Amino acid sequence: MKALLSILVAVILYELLARSGWFAAALVPTLPTIARTLWGMLGDGSMERHALNTLARVFAGLAAAALTGLVLGFLMARYRAVERFFSPLVSALMPIPSLAWAPVFILWFGLGNVATVLIVFYAATFPMLINTWTGARAVNTLWLRAARSMGARGPALFWKVVVPGASPFIITGLRLAFQRAWIAVVGAEMLAASAFGLGWVIFDAKEFLNADVMLSSLVVIGAIGLAFERLVFGSLERATVLRWGMVRAGRT
Amino acid sequence: MRFLGVAAPFLVVGALWEIVAQSGVFPPRLFPPLEEIAATFARLTAAGILPHHAALTLWRLAAGFAIAALAGVLLGIAMGRSRRAEAFLLPLVSIGAPVPGLAYAPLFLLWFGLGDSGSIVLVGFVALFPVVLNTWTGVKAVKEIWLRAAQTMGADDRRLFRHVILPGAAPYILTGLRLGLAQAWRILVAVEMLAAVPWGLGWLIFGAREFLNTDAMLAGIAMIGILGLALENLVFRPIERYTVVRWGMIAA
Repeated sequence: MKALLSILVAVILYELLARSGWFAAALVPTLPTIARTLWGMLGDGSMERHALNTLARVFAGLAAAALTGLVLGFLMARYRAVERFFSPLVSALMPIPSLAWAPVFILWFGLGNVATVLIVFYAATFPMLINTWTGARAVNTLWLRAARSMGARGPALFWKVVVPGASPFIITGLRLAFQRAWIAVVGAEMLAASAFGLGWVIFDAKEFLNADVMLSSLVVIGAIGLAFERLVFGSLERATVLRWGMVRAGRT
Repeated sequence: MRFLGVAAPFLVVGALWEIVAQSGVFPPRLFPPLEEIAATFARLTAAGILPHHAALTLWRLAAGFAIAALAGVLLGIAMGRSRRAEAFLLPLVSIGAPVPGLAYAPLFLLWFGLGDSGSIVLVGFVALFPVVLNTWTGVKAVKEIWLRAAQTMGADDRRLFRHVILPGAAPYILTGLRLGLAQAWRILVAVEMLAAVPWGLGWLIFGAREFLNTDAMLAGIAMIGILGLALENLVFRPIERYTVVRWGMIAA
């Protein structure tokens, strides 16, 4: 209730600012204008098409990143040699923002999906990798010993003890990876997408000073991000780590 | 021996790069050999071009981050101490935080102009969220018993703030600043590509694409990696050592 009130105040302030005439109406459109644009774009299906394109790119990059991060993370936690080889590379590559690679990827793979997905992949891999690696090392040694003394070997030990034990870290990694991927895809689409995508719409609208289109896409980007954070990762957490008793319920 | 262990992975990756570059599978313009990248790096550094780009990027980072740090800590403390500020600001912050900062980029460039002002405001805005959220959490996490103890010993509000609340919240505030700086860094490079600023590492990389100067692009990326590592090791580790570790808030 209080939350609604403060949002309402902010909305009214914006509306007053937009109607005050201090700024050009094209730059600071009023809320009804934004709502009408958003409705129109949803109505003719163009907004859905942009959103689907963006989501497809995010999932392609995120899936590849999750796979790479999981496999490499577990291998690094299990084998000293793998850890020693990859950890310096990871710490050297991690501080480079994924979007810095955008021009290089564009040059190598051309404008379009390959470059965009690669940028998303680069952004999402590191949080996934670091969290899997940390999580697998953080598995209680007591559990490992207990499982071993009860005769668990190889695959059973891995699937029944290490994976559930590392799962809180892995879920956090996936969550972070999605956040990074979501930021990266918007930037990548601005720089590298040739047509379609929410980032591309925003950037394209700037050329024509269509601030209403930009703000409409911004609303959609925010809504999708929030929906994923709340619905997808929330239920993922409930289905895995909460059910396995790895973290206690009642936090959120 | 230790040095060799860290250097080995880079040697292997470097050798692979060199083999691919020399094999002629890709045109050398697009996939230059390492010695060419190193030569370009040395040449651009000696000519003062690379340092100039780096200095301007760092200046924008510092300016944007300073805005975020100042405003973020103040807002966070206000939210932590005052019910009313919390009730008003928290919903707005929680809505704004998950929207990818880059999505605002074209809008901010439209509102605040291309070049320095737009990019600095955007970087500050993006870095603001983690600082606010962490400062708020930190102030709320100060133990009630410390406050009461200080109050019974006669601390007035100013002293309470300076000697209890601030040190108590410091680990969280530092975490927030660190996250904020990391986000600012990730976004700044992309913003420089979009904002058409005449100098800056992002612009260097993006501009070099037009002339197929892949060696200059990769030299720029190397510089970004070096600066990113330096930020982490030369800025944050020492700050942490001098403040929270010395105050005994976290173990060294």
